[in-house]
Amino acid sequence: MSDKANRQSEALLSVRSLSVAFGTGDEAFKAVKDVSFDVQPGKTLAVVGESGSGKSVTSLAIMRLTDYTGGRITGGQVLFRPDGGEAIDLVKASDARLREIRGNDIAMIFQEPMTSLNPVFTVGNQIAETLILHQGLNGREARLRARDLLQKVRLPDADRLLDRYPHQLSGGMRQRVMIAMALACNPKLLIADEPTTALDVTIQAQILNIIRDLQAEMGTAVIFITHDMGVVAEMADDVVVMWKGEKVEQAPVRDVFAAPQHPYTRALLSAVPRLGAFTGQPLPKRTPVMVMDGGVAKPVGGTHEQDTADYTKPILQVEKLTTRFDVGKTFFGRVTHRVHAVEEVSFDIYPGETLALVGESGSGKSTIGRTLQQLVEPTGGTVRFDGRDMEAMSQAERRRLRQEIQYIFQDPFASLDPRHTVGYSIAEPIIVHGLIKDSKERTRRVHELLEQVGLQPQHAKRYPHEFSGGQRQRICIARALASNPKLVIADESVSALDVSIQAQIINLLMELQEKRRLSYLFITHDMAVVEKISHRVAVMYLGQIVELGSRRAIFENPQHSYTRKLLAAVPIADPQRERAKVRIEGEIPSPVRPVGQEPAIHRMREVAPGHWVAIEADSLRGAA
Amino acid sequence: MAAAQAMSSARRHFRSLELVLGVLLAGGMTLAVLFSGLLFPDGGESMDLMARLTPPFQSLAHPLGTDPLGRDVLARVIVGGKISLTVGVFSVLGAVTLGTFIGLVAGYYRGITEILLMRFADIQLALPFILLAIMFLAILGTGVDKIIFFMIVAQWVQYARLVRGSVLSLRDREFILSARAIGVGNGRIILTHILPNVLGPIIILMTLQVANNILLESSLTFLGLGVDPLIPSWGGMLADGRTYLQTAWWVSVFPGLAIMFTVLGLNLLGDWLRDLLDPTGQTSK
Repeated sequence: MSDKANRQSEALLSVRSLSVAFGTGDEAFKAVKDVSFDVQPGKTLAVVGESGSGKSVTSLAIMRLTDYTGGRITGGQVLFRPDGGEAIDLVKASDARLREIRGNDIAMIFQEPMTSLNPVFTVGNQIAETLILHQGLNGREARLRARDLLQKVRLPDADRLLDRYPHQLSGGMRQRVMIAMALACNPKLLIADEPTTALDVTIQAQILNIIRDLQAEMGTAVIFITHDMGVVAEMADDVVVMWKGEKVEQAPVRDVFAAPQHPYTRALLSAVPRLGAFTGQPLPKRTPVMVMDGGVAKPVGGTHEQDTADYTKPILQVEKLTTRFDVGKTFFGRVTHRVHAVEEVSFDIYPGETLALVGESGSGKSTIGRTLQQLVEPTGGTVRFDGRDMEAMSQAERRRLRQEIQYIFQDPFASLDPRHTVGYSIAEPIIVHGLIKDSKERTRRVHELLEQVGLQPQHAKRYPHEFSGGQRQRICIARALASNPKLVIADESVSALDVSIQAQIINLLMELQEKRRLSYLFITHDMAVVEKISHRVAVMYLGQIVELGSRRAIFENPQHSYTRKLLAAVPIADPQRERAKVRIEGEIPSPVRPVGQEPAIHRMREVAPGHWVAIEADSLRGAA
Repeated sequence: MAAAQAMSSARRHFRSLELVLGVLLAGGMTLAVLFSGLLFPDGGESMDLMARLTPPFQSLAHPLGTDPLGRDVLARVIVGGKISLTVGVFSVLGAVTLGTFIGLVAGYYRGITEILLMRFADIQLALPFILLAIMFLAILGTGVDKIIFFMIVAQWVQYARLVRGSVLSLRDREFILSARAIGVGNGRIILTHILPNVLGPIIILMTLQVANNILLESSLTFLGLGVDPLIPSWGGMLADGRTYLQTAWWVSVFPGLAIMFTVLGLNLLGDWLRDLLDPTGQTSK
């Protein structure tokens, strides 16, 4: 007991019974209920939870930024001890005192580095602003210090970067600038709200490394808000798990992963896809998902091997597919630059098979999907569907192809027309392709589809905004299935969902595959999801496939350096695991090239039956 | 969630108030104007020179007073509404239809279609309005139908530009792409996915434009380009009463109020309609 009291007094930040509400009166929505935790100097506390759990609101409330977002702190204390001395209650502190603390003693990094940087000021000026404001440096000193900071976050060529504008930097570079700004005044506490969620995995790994190194160097305490259990395992000393506005569990990171106490934590951990969880298994497998049901975690679904693939004759054959976009024109309309989105990509998909296309942003994986769906015109190559060449098809046949191939987008909300009921949206493909003429019959079909994806028939009359994210994605799946397709292209379809919802949607997709012998082209950046769902995997880098093989071959015997790098960058939800020794460096190069500079096409060699690897040129090895 | 619900219930109450007020104002005015022939068989033309410039609220015969020629202001306001409302409403409906169609086509198909249509619109915008009016009405002659026709020709541009702008941002939205992925054709995408999503701003511009056109009609009449100046209209009455503003305010204030209430009523109805068409109910005011 005395030990605990002692710990409390040392804590840099103590949150005590914090409650935050939005709105007023009886209608007030309590976003955070009675949450308490401590942050020790120099340590990392991870606050995890799914969307709506109140984790971000908690982090905003600490700095009292909820004042600006319509929230009210309805109770509790936030005790901050900057110098280990007298504690300041930030809930009661004056606005002037708070302004001194914000950015100086407590700094914050947000999820979207583009929107948190002001587009009309140079990077150097924005960092210098904090320094001039809080440290009283003059312009020249501030600029010198800004350059040091940029070097600290390992940005190459810091001198020139000072005069660049945010839009001239990549996402990863912008997030490093944000970190540099946050660390400008040597804060005691850094609050990082999903700082790597919008970034590619290899960039995420670099950013996490930088935060960890600087934390060790400067002794900063970090509150790390995230939904990603892998990131938690890699970064945190202690973990607070939040659910529906309440803290349901707090423990050192190893204990949370080894012996989760609260049913919600157990459900959350069971849903997290873990890289390496399916090692040694030839086929993807459906496994039960723990779903919270009235405060208890219940397993839903059984274990099924996904032996659906039929390798006699491919349903889709893609050969040397090339898609380029013109960008940059001279005054006279001559094209100067092109995006080489896809370069001579070849692969097959068989009935009942899931082929995963993995890669980071700019790898061209989405362009392939859109080209197959005829949303983008290919520049070259052939695509055969069921043996028919797409290019030779008549208009009517091409229309029919849009019935046989369906597309599920990443953001289910954006891909549903807000002005129509979901029933209409689901019926639309049936109407457009004239599949069912009778309107009663059509309504029955819509209801049937809703039931197949785990929703109720009466939902047909509602509008998209009345559903949660997971339900909306189910609606999009129902819509894609409405025309009885043979191939479904799922473009990052589960990436935006919370993990527990994600696990359910993945199971749904696999179940539908078994029932309807669907083929999936599963486009994603998430290696752990790929391992769970796919039969075969194609790894893409800068518009070309660098490695193609069975799931086991790719995950257990990766040959290409980029595949290895990608696998090494994935944060693993296991704090016991040794952190990867390999330091990942380097940006993802741009696929934009001046006209006339064609990229070199990799030659592939077969290292094992069905396992193809690009032969690496030295230049690529250097980049990867 | 609870907060959002509280907001939406408060909003619903406000919405029904909007509807009631809008129907009362705009509907009442329209009814009065429609039955003006029954109410005032003389068409507001009979003069009573003995009672000229009677102030309002003093005699039962002329509840809103009389004008310098001794004509009843109430009768003239109601009869005058005929021309004003006809011109205001039909010119706007015509311009909206034409402008929306052109805006949809230009914004959706882009390319040469857009360049031609929008450059033409820019050229027309560059011509001074009055010059255009003189040119046009000198050729066509005057009359209510000619004025409406002229206003449609002169005003479709604003709707076309507004619609084109909205379409440009909509056509790259994912639900349009997703409709295309399903195999929905262009015509159907425009009608069922794009048009409903651009209606909001059009409705707002429409209701504001009705007021503008009522006043515009009076300016044209003033210039001798409009309707026969002897037939009463709200805009005409405003112009006539201007010289008496200090001595006999009622001559111009009552037609002014008539315009104001009509426009207010139409605006309220417009707001209500826009929110009715938006299922999310989250259009900020």
